[in-house]
Amino acid sequence: MTSGELEFRVAIREAIIEEMERDPSVVFFGEDVAAEQGGVFAVTPGVQERVGAERVFDTPISELALSGAAFGAAVAGLRPIIEIMFGDFMGLAMDSLVNQSAKYWYLSNEQRSVPLVVRSAVGGGGRFGAIHSQTHATWFQGIPGLKIAFPSSPAEAKGLLKGAIRDDNPVIFLEHKRLYSVKGPAPGAGEDVIPLGTARIARPGQDLTIVSAGKGVADALAAAGRLAGEGVEAEVVDLRTLRPLDLDTVLESVARTNRVLAVEEGPRTGGWASGLLGVVAEQGLHDLDDAWLLATGELPIPYSPTLEDAFIPGEAAIASSVRERAGLAVS
Amino acid sequence: MTSGPAGTTVDTEAPAAYLERYGRMLLIRLFETEMQRLFLKGEVHGTTHLCAGQEAVPVGVCSALEPGDWLAGTYRGHGHALAKGTDPDALIAEMLGRATGVCGGRAGSMNVIDVEHGLVGCFGIVGGSIAAATGAALAAKREGRVSVAMFGDGATNQGYFHECLNFAKVFALPAVFVCENNFYGEFTPMQNVTAGQDIAARAGAFGIPSNTVDGNDAWAVRDAALEAVARARSGGGPTLLECQTYRHYGHSKSDPAPYRPPEEVERWLARDPLTLARTRLLESGVSELDIAEVEDATRARMDRAVGAALAAPYPDPETERGTEFAP
Repeated sequence: MTSGELEFRVAIREAIIEEMERDPSVVFFGEDVAAEQGGVFAVTPGVQERVGAERVFDTPISELALSGAAFGAAVAGLRPIIEIMFGDFMGLAMDSLVNQSAKYWYLSNEQRSVPLVVRSAVGGGGRFGAIHSQTHATWFQGIPGLKIAFPSSPAEAKGLLKGAIRDDNPVIFLEHKRLYSVKGPAPGAGEDVIPLGTARIARPGQDLTIVSAGKGVADALAAAGRLAGEGVEAEVVDLRTLRPLDLDTVLESVARTNRVLAVEEGPRTGGWASGLLGVVAEQGLHDLDDAWLLATGELPIPYSPTLEDAFIPGEAAIASSVRERAGLAVS
Repeated sequence: MTSGPAGTTVDTEAPAAYLERYGRMLLIRLFETEMQRLFLKGEVHGTTHLCAGQEAVPVGVCSALEPGDWLAGTYRGHGHALAKGTDPDALIAEMLGRATGVCGGRAGSMNVIDVEHGLVGCFGIVGGSIAAATGAALAAKREGRVSVAMFGDGATNQGYFHECLNFAKVFALPAVFVCENNFYGEFTPMQNVTAGQDIAARAGAFGIPSNTVDGNDAWAVRDAALEAVARARSGGGPTLLECQTYRHYGHSKSDPAPYRPPEEVERWLARDPLTLARTRLLESGVSELDIAEVEDATRARMDRAVGAALAAPYPDPETERGTEFAP
């Protein structure tokens, strides 16, 4: 790694360590997070040595207890970060997050909020099969009171995780498995905390807007690079958080480009992308010449490399989808 | 409480505390009676789960706690809140959906939260209180506080029970798990759906000390709670208390409880926790006059609370919409 370059998994690690050193109320626990290897994706080795076993510890394989304990601890004054190893396991943690943590601020008449972060590895492409490859964000999409962050690069991962830890609300934090080994520029001085809720223009362009989050942004940027060589300048919007959704940034971009493609690694039905296009149609119809989405089929994620690669919309699929969309005016 | 010989504890409580405890139990009973009446009048909405008959458990447990300790209750939680110190005015107003409710009318009967008085919340999903209290115990451990989970017999068949007892023991958390075993999970007899039929014994598998207690005797509950709380506060880890009791009403407002044999109901009604407590007071030398004074004051307190709540405004949907997120 060259100086100034940051690996995604190291960005996550640095964010945790720096925030724990800044704020003694932050605790971090999960399955194998304190083990020497730092979890199955080697994200957090050395964190326990650095911060101490009182605040960083391994738990039983016990998602109900883990998520419930995070909720109760947050109410009682701590700021827990927990790791639910694979996003797919969130099915077990739903009650504490959806019924307890998400509703507490409102139901309590704003007596107290629940500052916690739930980190998970998500996404396909790793040949992990149907139940270790999902992106669970949309399971939580319709839950008021939850924030959902999905970083797209190492610098974004560090900034958004620090923003999530400092946020006073419960945050579902997604880390795409295929990004863990990606390296990129480290955040500049004073730019390493990103408050949740604001999207960014990851690449400016005037011909169409590609909206995505997480690894989808990296794929969209790569596709935009290809398309630029063919005379199409795509603007790429990195949503950063799926909830709250920064509609203003999307609508402003669409007002400039008049075309929008939403790219989601998940089923078309019930996903964030279909919801987003619905709102763009509702609020920006006069700006729209075209709107479409690229998502997965309505099937579980398959295991075999040929099946999985065909199933997930990546760089090539995004580029060809843009090319195929008839009537695209190229300036 | 002070340390006695051979590791025992001596309860040095004065009779005034006995009277206070009886008054608190009576307040809960009167509260539930009012809830039933107001529900039938259409002033309480949705559903309610009354705890009449079970008052000795939360009152006995909370008498062993200190301010700053946490408690998580259930959807049968009016007694949990009142025992922990929630203002009856604010609680009845919450039931009536009024702006002056402890949660501004946003929560209702099953979801009461009162952080100021250490009530993490009341949890509408069976077993949720166990997890909430386990988490609060993680924070409490740093501060020398204790965290109590209240839950029913039905919750002991939930994953929450098994996972959280394991979790709390592994990390020696200052938690007290209090099972209010009223022998029915909704409409189903506990023994039909609970393998082993011995809730306290389940703690043994986790290496957690347990105690089966007469849950209609506030003094017995208090003694067991004092021991469990002392263990928790001194770093000895969690305890499971199975407090055997009985609800006077059905599961919820729509349940007349036809599934319970009349002779069983009679047997339990004869051991009404309030009657037991009153007898205990008289035996302890508290005068009939002093008891009557507390009874009158408690009735007047409840009447005032109901009157104030009925006169209180409903929240205005235009001005009290609330915010999704904490700033």
